[in-house]
Amino acid sequence: MIRFDNVSKVYPKQTRPALRDVSLEVEKGEFVFLVGSSGSGKSTFLRLILREERASHGQVHVLGKDLGRISNWKVPQIRRQLGTVFQDFRLLPNKTVAENVAFAQEVIGKSRGEIRKSVPQVLDLVGLGGKEDRMPGELSGGEQQRVAIARAFVNRPKLLICDEPTGNLDPQTSVGIMKLLDRINRTGTTVVMATHDQNIVDQMRKRVIELEKGRLVRDQARGVYGYQH
Amino acid sequence: MRAQFVLSEIGVGLRRNLTMTFAVIVSVALSLALFGGSLLMSDQVNTMKGYWYDKVNVSIFLCNKNDAESDPNCAKGAVTEDQKSQIKADLEKMSVVDTVTYESQDEAYKHYKEQFGDSPLASSLTPDQMQESYRIKLKDPEKYQVIATAFDGRDGVQSVQDQKGLLDNLFELLNGMNWAARAVMALMLVVALMLIVNTVRVSAFSRRRETGIMRLVGASGFYIQAPFIMEAAVAGLIGGTLACAFLLIGRYFLIDHGLALADQLELINFIGWDVVLAKLPLILATSFLMPALAAFFALRKYLKV
Repeated sequence: MIRFDNVSKVYPKQTRPALRDVSLEVEKGEFVFLVGSSGSGKSTFLRLILREERASHGQVHVLGKDLGRISNWKVPQIRRQLGTVFQDFRLLPNKTVAENVAFAQEVIGKSRGEIRKSVPQVLDLVGLGGKEDRMPGELSGGEQQRVAIARAFVNRPKLLICDEPTGNLDPQTSVGIMKLLDRINRTGTTVVMATHDQNIVDQMRKRVIELEKGRLVRDQARGVYGYQH
Repeated sequence: MRAQFVLSEIGVGLRRNLTMTFAVIVSVALSLALFGGSLLMSDQVNTMKGYWYDKVNVSIFLCNKNDAESDPNCAKGAVTEDQKSQIKADLEKMSVVDTVTYESQDEAYKHYKEQFGDSPLASSLTPDQMQESYRIKLKDPEKYQVIATAFDGRDGVQSVQDQKGLLDNLFELLNGMNWAARAVMALMLVVALMLIVNTVRVSAFSRRRETGIMRLVGASGFYIQAPFIMEAAVAGLIGGTLACAFLLIGRYFLIDHGLALADQLELINFIGWDVVLAKLPLILATSFLMPALAAFFALRKYLKV
């Protein structure tokens, strides 16, 4: 699903690499936590998977494609098979819940019939049935994140990338979000989630990858958060 | 791609930047109106050239008895029959010459009377004061110089005159004005393009949230850029339509009505509606292609994949 072969990333005008010689593999259907302090390279790791950046050295394979070798105009094709969820939700404030989710399908040219069918379905899945016509501003943080997850999942991606999805949420709401992500993972979708949330990592007992100053320092099946900060 | 979705995005974008959109429309309209105007002006000059060059001759004026006394070119006396027939023969041998007609002193006197019959000078004139001349029509009116070099200074020839020279001064003036119009047009065009680039960037910036999400869910670069490009194209097209209206109104009021130049200057044949209409597709095409291209290049930096 994801394979990093000796990947390093040096941003222009910076001497210290953001990632140093990272090699790892994520199999189909896995749930992986990505932990590490701020500046450890988590965001760079995710940006490389999304191909917002290119690796300086080594190869990044996602869904069997070498991201260093595909041309810019093919990148959208890869991204359609990925879902992304962020700490700050990134919803469109002037569109309703249903429109926000539908937006993800409209912009890749899905038919109206398809959209009418899949939007209520996915909103039910994330537990927002009946709130289709609300505006994001009227929802709680947890509900907004559910909308964002619905939008990320509506195109049935094979891989879900989450960048601190519970970072803005209280512990109880976070548990709800994690249950939802777990459910999505059980449908066969691979989930890679960067997080600082110790409780969540410790409770879920999933594979944990830890980065420190750009190096891969731990890769543990059924791991825990593992370090104090 | 769903047309309705794209159209609604364009509408939102245009309304959001209403003042900028208005500025784009006005500058595109003015620059393209000038562009069309200068195209029509060159057409007008060409029509006039075609019309007048057909009527102009090169004239070889021959020495008469009076000239023999007063004009240094005719120091060797009035033209002789031999010289006349030699000139005629030489003219007919030249490949640039189309037709040669001879105007006798009597004919010249008659023409002069017709044109200036009322003037006091005309009544004191006698036929033998007039000059004989050869009126030469050239195949190519630009080749006047060939005749001039061949016959200027020859015995019996008083002067070689090209009527085209008189017209050329006028045409040069018109051409000069045309170039001035083009310079203004070029400046306006640059202004219009910069406005478009700026408008598109503002538009892209104010919608960066939307475009960011579009990128994440895998919308193609074209799909993300299309609303912005179409926005510029629609604004440009409105401007282009206005420019077309300016040209049509301009022809209507300058030539047929209002100033009614066609009535006042009967000697000039003006360009017809067909010529004006023929320019409109070009102007409309420019009006939306140019802003669309400008937007495309403006976005390359802002909306990277």
